Order: sequence, then structure tokens, then C-alpha cells
Amino acid sequence: MAEIALKSLAHSYLATPGSPEDYAIREMTHVWQQGGAYALLGPSGCGKSTLLNIISGLLEPSSGEVLFDGQVVNALSPEHRNIAQVFQFPVVYDTMTVYDNLAFPLRNVGTSEDKVHERVLEVADVLELTPQLKRKAKNLSADEKQKVSMGRGLVRDDVSAILFDEPLTVIDPQLKWKLRRKLKEIHQRFNITMVYVTHDQLEASTFADKIAVMYEGQVVQFGTPRELFERPAHTFVGYFIGSPGMNLFDVRARDGEIVAGDTIIPLGRGIYDAVAKASSNNVKLGVRPEFVEVHVAPVEGGIEVTVDDIQDLGTYSILSLHLGDIALKARIDEDSPTPHNNAFIRFPDDRIGLYVDEFRVEIDHE
Amino acid sequence: MNDKVRNNKAWWLILPMLLLVAFSAIIPLMTVVNYSVQDVFDAQTRYFTGTEWFVQMLNDPALQSALGRQFVFSLTILAIEVPLGIGIALLMPKKGWQASAVLILVTLPLLIPWNVVGSIWQIFTRGDIGLMGWSLRELGYSYNITRSPLDAWITIIIMDVWHWTPLIALLCYSGLRAIPEAYYQAARIDRASRWAIFRYIQLPKLTNVLVIGILLRFMHSFMIYAEPFVLTGGGPGSSTTFLSQALAIMATAQFDVGPSAAFSLIYFLIILLVSWVFYTAIMNMQKDKKERGA
Repeated sequence: MAEIALKSLAHSYLATPGSPEDYAIREMTHVWQQGGAYALLGPSGCGKSTLLNIISGLLEPSSGEVLFDGQVVNALSPEHRNIAQVFQFPVVYDTMTVYDNLAFPLRNVGTSEDKVHERVLEVADVLELTPQLKRKAKNLSADEKQKVSMGRGLVRDDVSAILFDEPLTVIDPQLKWKLRRKLKEIHQRFNITMVYVTHDQLEASTFADKIAVMYEGQVVQFGTPRELFERPAHTFVGYFIGSPGMNLFDVRARDGEIVAGDTIIPLGRGIYDAVAKASSNNVKLGVRPEFVEVHVAPVEGGIEVTVDDIQDLGTYSILSLHLGDIALKARIDEDSPTPHNNAFIRFPDDRIGLYVDEFRVEIDHE
Repeated sequence: MNDKVRNNKAWWLILPMLLLVAFSAIIPLMTVVNYSVQDVFDAQTRYFTGTEWFVQMLNDPALQSALGRQFVFSLTILAIEVPLGIGIALLMPKKGWQASAVLILVTLPLLIPWNVVGSIWQIFTRGDIGLMGWSLRELGYSYNITRSPLDAWITIIIMDVWHWTPLIALLCYSGLRAIPEAYYQAARIDRASRWAIFRYIQLPKLTNVLVIGILLRFMHSFMIYAEPFVLTGGGPGSSTTFLSQALAIMATAQFDVGPSAAFSLIYFLIILLVSWVFYTAIMNMQKDKKERGA
């Protein structure tokens, strides 16, 4: 068990990286605290697996340090880091039985057979593999194999951390949910640091206390699921988290007003000042579809928009709106009045985010 | 109601395949079966003999000892070539120009025709002009494959190992290349030793190619003919006369088509039986215990 720190870590698969795009991991400093349940969330190819392999020692970073409890472990191989990792696709030792598979990581370091027996039975019980213990791993189904892979990680109770690299990809949805609960349970029981890589926000938020969102080789935000939802630190987080993602549109300050395209957006003084002060031309406002106020009749400060489409999802509906050239989404509850053809929307000041060069800028609301 | 038109004309479509199989396998085999149960004197005179030739062949001391030699030879070369082939495959470089270079070098012996291999080794082992024969003599060992059965045997085995280990090595090399990187990564995470990686990852993943390799090598070596024939001519005495050669002498030199047809069938059945037993045993190993008993 250990706290895992990454210090000025960067990695490139190229021998002589030049531009920032050459880096799979751009320079980052990050700490995973001992005993935490973390998720590493991001789209395919953002460097999640690379980061995981660097932590486990399968990959040596181009620069920077990996520290376990303050000790630099860069030079240590995975064998010596005492870390467990579960891969995306099941890896089982074909010729061994399920029991021997689970016992393998313990036997490799000469654990006594009594201890092995005890741990294997415990893990098999948690993963519901007990009836399969005597079967050969080769003859298992894909999800059983993946449970065996996970079991080999969980069987070691002294590991620094357990890393999961999208472990539930091959598992069917029902079992997926159950296994996530199991993992959470195991986490609470053994208090082991767990890092869970996924591209599924639901998976991330059900498993983890804190989520690190990765985008183009960097962690753009590290926070609780609620923080990611309410205050995305980067436009990517806004767009990636939530369904549908955050509405983002370009704005500029003109004659004391905020304008998007040709439409004036009535907002508070604080927001106008922040937009006017922005040091870049890349200024965006972001508002979650959940926070867009939709009215059927004109209201004070309401902006008229056209309604393109209404998607009824049972307890709520998603509206596709057009504000000039800007496409927006809004979410309304089933009991609120449904607009036709056109509607009037308002953005609450405290629910709007300002993004300059894609990063969030805090606004001083008077 | 079934209102489909019944039309069996599609059966004609299998005719080409039937003809092909008939000419390539069934007719030649049946010719042999035909001869094996008859005593043929000339085109007009023949007698039905039933199982007589089979009984005679199975009791023939020359063929019995050739069969014994054949088993010793096949098992010996398998015992050497399989581990050696796996070892070479494990040591072969995995990428870069070295991989291509080594691949070509390893493949080279496989490209040489059988009887040329015999000739190469015949010259190579000559005491007067052959590099190996001459060197061994200079070192004080009276090496002579035409006098010493042991020398002849060892030389034939070395020759076969040289010629055919590359096949096992190539098969294993391709098998090893097909193992996903994740297996090695998982093994490192599980803190497996180099031996454990070989025993529990590489060897199991090689099972299929090894089954093919061993079967091919068994059948090949059990039918070996040209190489020892050119190298030793089956001698000294009959110490290196293997089955094919014994059969060839009987069928062509003595023109005993009946007995040699009977023996061909016995020969064929032995190869079939051994291959089947081996294959079944290997496939059975991969099943669960409870399935195995059933």
C-alpha cells in the first residue's frame, strides 16, 4: 500500500520528440493518495493506458519521476514495485486451473500453501469463481477469464496499488454493474489504492471517489464526479462529462454587451468584465443543458430560439435549439411545458462558465 | 405444404472433387490393396492369397528389424529436434534486420532437396576430402561411416537434425510471435520467473504448432529414404536400412509386388495409428479433468 506520486512526468514513444503533439503524456505532476479509489477517464488514445503502464513499470517514462511513498521507483521493474495490474483483455494461464491461476502470483514469491489456499478461496468467493476453481482456465468464457485476471490482482493483499485498464470491456452489462460493486466492496474492505482506467463516465463515477480526466496527454481536471459536472475546468471536461455534454459557444464583448454570433446574451456585469478582459480571442461560454432555463412565453432577459427537435426520454426531454447559428441543447423535466417551434431561454449567471483558451476562468459575481 | 421443387442435380457439383480425390488417393491406394491380396506372376496369371502376404511380412525378420530401427531413429530425432527447435526459436531476434538475417540462415537447410542433403553429407564426412571426416581423423578419432554402424547412425541423426530442426524452429518462432504482449506484461506483474513464463505462457501457446511440427517430423522421418540411401546406402551391413529402403528393395529390385503392397499397407497403418494416438493424447490434455473421464 502506498501513495503514488508522479513528478514532472512526461512520455513520448518517439526517440526525439519535438512538438507537444509528439508526447503521449505531457509533463504532469499528480498524486494518488494511499487507499483512494480513483478513475482515470478520457477518450481512446488520450494516454490513459500509457500512464498506467508507467505507474506499473511496464513502460519507462521519457522524463520525470514516479514515486511510491516518496521513493523513486523509476528504475524498478514491475516485479519489484509490487503492484497489480488488470488488462483490458483477459490474460489467463491456459494450462492451469482457475485455482492455480489465482495462486500463481502468490506462489511466484514463495508464499506458504496455507496462505495461498486461504487467499485463493477468499478471492474466488468474492468474484463468485468458487464453482470454477477446478476447471482449466482455457475452457472458461470471456467474462469468467476476466474475473480470473482480476482475481490474480486482488489475491495479493500487500500490493502498493491495483491498476485496472478498462477491465470490464469484455463483460456483459449486467455483470459489469455487479463487478463494479464488487470492486468497490473490495476497495472498502482492503483499503488498497485503486486506479481504474475507463472511457465510460458512468463507470468512472460509480467506482471512484475522485476522477482524473485526461485529454491529449494531460490531466485536465482532477475532482469528484460532482465537481466535474458542476465546474468543469476545461471545455473538454464539460463536453465529455454529462449526457448530452455542456453547451459551449464563442462569445465576445461588444459595446458593453456579450454577443454570440449576432445575438446579445444578457448576463451579469461580472461575466461581461471577465469576457472583456480576456487575453485571447478564444473565449467561450459554457452552460450545461440541465441549467438552461426554457420558457414557452417571452420572459425578461429571455433570448428567442428556434426549436429543432424534442427527444422524449421518459422522465425528461432533450431539446435541440438554435440561437442564430449556434446549436444548443437543453434538458427539461417531463412536467414542464413543452415549447413548439420557438422558445425563450435564459442562462443563470451562477451556472455559466467562462473558458479562455479552453480553460475555465473563475468569475467574480458581484 | 412443401411446394419446393425437388432437384438433386446439385450432386453433380461434387463430381470434380470426387474425381480429384479418386485419382490422388483412392485409386492408387486401392491398387496397392489389390496387389496385397494376390500373387501375381504375369499379366494373365494371378492367384488370390488373402492375408498370406500380411502374415508373412509381419514375421519377416529383416522388416522387423528395419521397423525397430525406424522407431529408434524417429524417436531419437524427435527427442533432439523438438527441444532444440524450441530453443532456437526462443533465441531468434524478434525484430530489425537481425530477425530477417537469422530467419534466412535458419531456413537455408530446408531449401535443399533430400538427395542433395545426402550427397552434401556424404562428401562432408569423407575421410580424405570431407571437412568433418578429415578433421575427426586428424583429431585422432577413426571415423568411418562405411565401417562403423555407430558412426553411421550418429552421422545420419546429425544430418537429419541439421536438415529438419529449422522446421520446428520456424513453426515455434511463428507461434511465439503470435503471443500477445499482454501475456508477458501480466507475467511480469505476477512476478513470474523466466522459467514460469516459458512453462505457463510460451509452451502452452506453442502446443498447436508443436503438434503440427511433431506430426510432420514423425511422418517425415518414419518415411525417410533418400538421405540415408545416398549417405550410407543402408549400411554398414543393414545397420541403417530403414523401412522405406527395405520396402524399395523388395518392390523394385526383387519385384515382389504382393508382399511389398501388403507391407506398404502395414506401414501406412502404423503411421496413421501413431499419429492418431499422439494427436488424441495431446488434445485430451487440454480438457478439464471431469470431461476427460467421460
